[in-house]
This record gives sequence, structure tokens and C-alpha cells, in this order.
Amino acid sequence: MDARAVNEVNSAAGGVWPLSWTTRWDRPMHVNVQNVVRTFGVTPALHGVSLEIEPGELVALLGPSGSGKTTLLRILAGLDIPTEGRVMFDGDDALKLTVQQRNVGLVFQNYALFRHMNVLDNIGFGLRVRPRTRRPSRKEICKRALELLDLVQLSGLEKRFPSQLSGGQRQRVAFARALAIEPRLLLLDEPFGALDAKVRRDLRRWLLELHNKTGHTTVFVTHDQEEALELADRVVVMSEGRVEQIGTPDDVYDAPNSPFVFSFIGESSVLPVRVEQRKVWLNEKPLDLPASDVPNGPAKLFLRPHDVDVVDNVSGAIVGEVTVLRRHAGLRRVDLEVGAQRHRIEIELPADFSLNLASPVAFLPRRYRLYPASQALGS
Amino acid sequence: MTDAAIAPLLVAPIEGPRVTTERPLVQVTLIGVAVIFLVLFLLLPLAAVFVEALRAGLGTYFAAITEPDAVAAIKLTVLVAAIAVPANVVFGLAASWAIAKFEFKGKSVLNTLIDLPFSVSPVISGLIYVLLFGAQGYFGPYLQSHHIQIIFALPGIVLATIFVTFPFVARELVPLMQEQGTQDEEAALSLGASGWKTFLKVTLPNIRWALLYGVVLCNARAMGEFGAVSVVSGHIRGKTNTMPLHVEILYNEYNFAAAFAVASLLALLALITLVIKIGLEWRYADQIAASRRH
Repeated sequence: MDARAVNEVNSAAGGVWPLSWTTRWDRPMHVNVQNVVRTFGVTPALHGVSLEIEPGELVALLGPSGSGKTTLLRILAGLDIPTEGRVMFDGDDALKLTVQQRNVGLVFQNYALFRHMNVLDNIGFGLRVRPRTRRPSRKEICKRALELLDLVQLSGLEKRFPSQLSGGQRQRVAFARALAIEPRLLLLDEPFGALDAKVRRDLRRWLLELHNKTGHTTVFVTHDQEEALELADRVVVMSEGRVEQIGTPDDVYDAPNSPFVFSFIGESSVLPVRVEQRKVWLNEKPLDLPASDVPNGPAKLFLRPHDVDVVDNVSGAIVGEVTVLRRHAGLRRVDLEVGAQRHRIEIELPADFSLNLASPVAFLPRRYRLYPASQALGS
Repeated sequence: MTDAAIAPLLVAPIEGPRVTTERPLVQVTLIGVAVIFLVLFLLLPLAAVFVEALRAGLGTYFAAITEPDAVAAIKLTVLVAAIAVPANVVFGLAASWAIAKFEFKGKSVLNTLIDLPFSVSPVISGLIYVLLFGAQGYFGPYLQSHHIQIIFALPGIVLATIFVTFPFVARELVPLMQEQGTQDEEAALSLGASGWKTFLKVTLPNIRWALLYGVVLCNARAMGEFGAVSVVSGHIRGKTNTMPLHVEILYNEYNFAAAFAVASLLALLALITLVIKIGLEWRYADQIAASRRH
């Protein structure tokens, strides 16, 4: 991405939404997905997904590849049809509507701009292909396309072809094209997936501004947890065709309800422990960690590497021996071997914290989650 | 694109540091063999056609190609191509659209069937039509009783030509359309475009140069086809003789000047096709690259 595109993105935040657009739109749409199942042949892609999206909400579908998030987005768009279940738009059955009738703005990961049309024709496409009775005049289409170009801060580029634009610019043209049909719902498939890190960050901020201005109900698919947490009002964490957790970014980060969510969102370290007498036991030693609502027996202790305190008092703390030290931005990553099984665990300490290889470190997590071993995945 | 990558190796200086370890003699021999082959089998015959055609002078040349039977052959050839090429554009577009944009059972069978005319000898393809529509064929009695003439008439020639040239358009389009995927179409549909408008305004413009390329190749083959047409045409002078058949008849009558004169027109067509092909490849390389397998 070139520097010019980045600057344009930065200045995009100050754009003014044309008055004619704010008054034209209806109320944002409410979406209700009920027990949607989708199988491809014998392979299930979605097993009974339910999800309610409030009007004007910005929702992220977050999950690894193969989690079914894109299938769900395509079902919302009408490009795919569920095997079972219902999809309601404002209380009406959306499955009765074809993709054209749904009036959904769709932005693809690779933008899917029409390469043989210039920017203005791309944006006006949705209006030009309307049936004659609902089609605005040529002049009106041009005027609206120019307004939208202004909204996405690309004024002056209307005669360019997609191949003459940077990735970030193409992305914004794709947004303008989707907005031109006055969609009731905006769906974004990995909207920043093909962009480099700097442009991604700037476009995220731009998207938030745009969403605040236009107020569309918006659903976007991403595999990037950072993007989901930063942008979304609510995050839907998906795995293997199921919804693992739905919640605000704070909910899913601070109170992940499953080992999968804990390890998928943010960094995590895991220790095998035992729960007995409402306490966490590590190698026959009780830790100063209460375990109130976890059944007795083997369990996994999940913690965030950066969310630990080094303590002087060895009793009741997790004690490990330093095996690897690595500098990571403002912090130092420390690999420890814990207990007789020499279980490896990673924590992060301030960069100026004095440590030597093979020296013992005692610490306690500030926040942690316990999951019964039967439920926990991974190490 | 591989051509460009290999070229520097071939032109590596004979003197000074060298890229390969082959002795200069080997290099010269290999290049020499290639050049001799090219001259002997491609350039010489082409030149011979024009030399022989003009040997007896321009007057004889023009007399040969304006003679009524020759004019009839030219007209028939153009007419057959004018029917067969558009038909194959429609069939080719429909087949590639289905294969590249949709998933369905039997897709690989369809894909293989499209290549069938490439792997069947043209004479056999001609015979099939004789077997079906000829006087002794399956539908022969029915056609005769309704006074419909297919074999030894224009319909037979057109059918045989369509069969033989069927793969050209589809073979150009399928790989390109597969590479382009369905996202553009999905975007158009989500913007409210009907299926037909999506095809006209999005799919077709995306493949226009590859389509033209396919049409040029298809046309060249349609006009030059000999084997299949020879079986079904009946060689009736001035009626069912196409240009290649006319050339053969003239040649068999030892009328070399006239044979080569008509042949030179076909050679000219080949040259024009080649120029258009190179022009398209040069100008729209990226859009045709996906289908460059011939």
C-alpha cells in the first residue's frame, strides 16, 4: 500500500455525510437467525446456529477457517440457503426473498469490483440495473455515486479503473458500491483481509466512523480476533459450525465461556491442575487461587501471559524455571518449566525485570479461568 | 511467461562467463536443428503455396479464384463459418458458464465430452452424421419421406463443422472463467442485478478478449476443416464444395495453378488469424493467459 492511500484513509475520518443520505434511509434492520443448519453433502458446515442482531449493531463473526462464519454470512446475503432453520429480517421470513430482493450490501474480501468499469460506474451499478420503474435517471445515479465517492473520501478518482487503485482505495469503492443500493443490512466478508497491517488499522478506524454516521446493521466476518474486539459491538465466536460464545468484546475476552474461546481470543497459557476442596492444586501443592464453581477433579488452568504478578512468597504460587527469554515489544517473554512434569508455560514480564536462565520464578495470575479437563482442548 | 524467463539463458553470451555448462557446439546444433525444422516444415510450405499460386501470373491467379465454382466454394465456406461459429459461441458460452460457475453432478463428464471432437478423427465425425442422417442411416427414411436433405447438403456440412470446432470457444473460456470465480457475479446479484443482466454486464465483459480469441481460432478451423466435411459434402461442384474440398478437386485434376490459388486464400486466412492471435495475446495477455494451453 502506498503512503498516499494511508493519508487518504487518515483524512477520511473527517468526511461529512451528505444530508440527503441520512434522511433517505429507513430504520436499521433487525436480524434473527434461528437454529440454522447447513450441510454440504454429508459435511455439516453449521449445526443449529441461533443469533439475534439488534438494529444498528456492528457484529463480528469470529472464528478460524472452517468454523462456518462465511457460510452464515452467505446465508444472510441470500447466496446460500440453509438446510434447516429460519432467518428473519425485521420479523419477516428472509428465506422467501431472493438475493436480489434482500437488498443487502455485500463487501467481499477481494472487493470483486467490476474491472471493466470505472469507479463511478462500479458505484452506480446497483442503481443502473434496477428495473426501469425503480431506476433513477442517469443524472441522478451519477449524482448519488459522486456523493458516495465523497463519503468514502475518494473524490476525484471517479474515472479511474479498479486496477489503478490501491488496495485500501478498492476496499472503499466496494463499500460505496454496497451503500449505493441503500441496503437494509451491510455484510462484510473479511473486509480488511487482503490489506497490509498499517492500512488495516487506519481502515478499521474509518469503518467505525462510517458505521457511526450511517447506522447500518452491519455483520462482518473475520478470523482476526484483534479486529473483532476493536470494531464490534458484539462478537460471535464460532468454531466447527457452532456458536461458542456471543458477547461484547469485554465479555469474550475477560469471561470466555470455553477453553476454545479463551485460547482463540488473545494469548493464553495453560497448566494442567487439580481442583479439590475449592482450591487449585498443582503437583500436590495448593495454590492461592480459589476454585469456587468448578467440580473436583483434573482441570486446566488458563491464564493470559501478560496478566501475572511475580510474587516473593513461593508457597501458594506457581513456580517455574526460566528456559527461554525473548524480548517482545515493551515486554519480555519468559518460558518457564513448571513442576516435576516440566510443563512449559509462557508469561510476560516488564522488560526491565531482572531474570537469568535457569533461575526460579514464582508468580500468580491476576485473572484466570478453570475448565474441567474433560472440556479442555489442547495441552 | 515462462518464455521470457528462459530467453536470457538462450541468448547468454558465448564469450565470457556462461550460465550453462553446455559446449557451444551443442548449443549451436540444438538451435540449428530447431531453425532448420522451422524453415523446412513451416516457412517453406507456406512460401511454396504463394509461389505456386502466382507462378502462372496474376491473370491466371485471379481467373482461378473468380471462376464460378471457386466463388461458390468461397461463398459456401463463408456461409458455413457464419453459421457454425456463432452456434459454437452460444454453445461454448453456455457450457463454460455451466462448468465454471456451477457445481453439479456429471460436470467432469461434460468437461470431457467437450474435448471429444479433439480426440476423434474428423473423418469419423463425418461418418457419424452419414450413419445418422444418410440415405441408409437411422433417420434416412424419415428424412427422405419429408424431403429433408442433410447429407450431401448444407445442413450436413454445417453439422460436421460445428462438431469439429465445438471445443475451441469452450476450451478458451472454461479455464479463464474458473480462475475468475463467481465473486463478481455474486456481487452483481447482491446489488440487485438479474441473472441475465449479470451475464451481460459482468460475466461477458470479463471474458470478452478470451472469447474473441476463441472465435478467431474457431473460425480458422471452421473454414479450413477438410476431413469431416469431405465425408458429408458429396463434393458436388458449385454446390457442396467448400474451399478445402475445391482445392483437393483441382489438385487431383492436375490443375495446380488454380489449386494453389484457392489454397493461397486459405493460407492468407491462416496468416490473418495468426496476426490477430498474436495481437490479442500481446494486448490482453493477462486475460488470455489462463487459457493458454494449446
